[in-house]
Amino acid sequence: MKKIQTPFTREMARSLKAGDACLITGVIYTARDAAHKRLCELIAQGKPLPMDMENAIIYFVGPTPAKPGQAIGSAGPTTSYRMDAYSPALIAIGQTGMIGKGKRSSEVIAAMKTHGAVYFGATGGCGALLSKCIKKSEIVAYEDLGAEAIRRLEVEDFPVTVIIDSEGSNLYETGRAEYLRMAGV
Amino acid sequence: MRNISAKQITEVVRRLCIEANCHLTNDLKERIAACRACEPFPVAQGILDQIIENYHIADEQSVPVCQDTGMACVFIDVGQDVHIEGSVEEAIHEGVRQGYADGYLRKSVVRDPLDRVNTGDNTPAMIYYQLIPGDQVKITVAPKGFGSENMSQIKMLKPSDGLDGVRDFVVKVVEEAGPNPCPPIVVGVGVGGTFDKAALLAKKALLRPVDEHNPDPFYAALEEELLERINRLGIGPQGFGGRTTALAVSILSCPTHIAGLPVAVNINCHVTRHQSEVI
Repeated sequence: MKKIQTPFTREMARSLKAGDACLITGVIYTARDAAHKRLCELIAQGKPLPMDMENAIIYFVGPTPAKPGQAIGSAGPTTSYRMDAYSPALIAIGQTGMIGKGKRSSEVIAAMKTHGAVYFGATGGCGALLSKCIKKSEIVAYEDLGAEAIRRLEVEDFPVTVIIDSEGSNLYETGRAEYLRMAGV
Repeated sequence: MRNISAKQITEVVRRLCIEANCHLTNDLKERIAACRACEPFPVAQGILDQIIENYHIADEQSVPVCQDTGMACVFIDVGQDVHIEGSVEEAIHEGVRQGYADGYLRKSVVRDPLDRVNTGDNTPAMIYYQLIPGDQVKITVAPKGFGSENMSQIKMLKPSDGLDGVRDFVVKVVEEAGPNPCPPIVVGVGVGGTFDKAALLAKKALLRPVDEHNPDPFYAALEEELLERINRLGIGPQGFGGRTTALAVSILSCPTHIAGLPVAVNINCHVTRHQSEVI
């Protein structure tokens, strides 16, 4: 299990390999479809973003509302391919990590290889479990989007697995092939 | 004629929204645990352990199993000898409104698919009415997440495509979905009827407990066979490789036209939620 402390530099990103199990501690940001769209509109207009993207990790999540006494509600990953249209532009201005689940496009993988970024997977459908590793949550932009607002999260030992590394190696391909070899199917 | 008030319907829907989102049914939990016991691939064992720990936390703390608390699909079977005082439709939407607010559930519905403004209260519900004999009302709430809904497909096969065509289409849909719908998945299949009826059957198939089969032995055997084939794909939990790609395959069939063979595949994730109550 590799420990990662944010900020997540390009050097750290380049040291990870597909299949590595990691625990992230520090600050990460949430964004889903609607927030990504707005961030990319700001980039296109040359305007500043509501958070610093340099060495940032974005978690694709829209949490449930926190119950009294909770830092955040259930908070598992959403499917990442819906962010494929936007991720390359964010990687180009400094984003080094993404947390989600599911396949990514060849354009995203190309940007990850060019700039040095990693695509992590958190376990989909485990929002209750993952919320335990989120110690603090505050909205930093787009409150009008509700669950889709951008949040700054403080996480502790947040469990993820490297799905696609900065060289383009992909756990969805290697993991499946390894199982089929083992099972002799 | 038995009288039931719309308020009673609101209260039941409210309660079922919260219950379904925080507590998985026992048949599903037992199936996940059984698959964990049979899973030979270490990475997959670790994922299944997380999934089991997750639903235990949700049970103990009454929090949503998954943050995508879904669109509220509400199936209401109304006895012909029941008179409901007030608007049934409004009563259901109000139940969803209250349940999603009181249960701290996520509001995931936009008012229009293109302008995409959130309605703020998770309404409207998707409502499916059916008239049945008797003087009771059965309500089922099945919150449906869209990670898996987006991976669903329908195909109008030709009669000559036959059983092999159905088998291959179901497996193809699962393989194309790959890691996206949060495997291990539950696969709902609707065969026959019309374009829309096949899709509805596929959705209704997901309401069946995973430890039950189609009552027709032919379709029961097909469910088993398809589950075997899917679990030889190697996709595994979360797509990281492994045996447990699907937990169950559930098929519903219906008569169809001489020229047609519609097949719909509605994918659900391991958080396949539904709770029912009879008034």
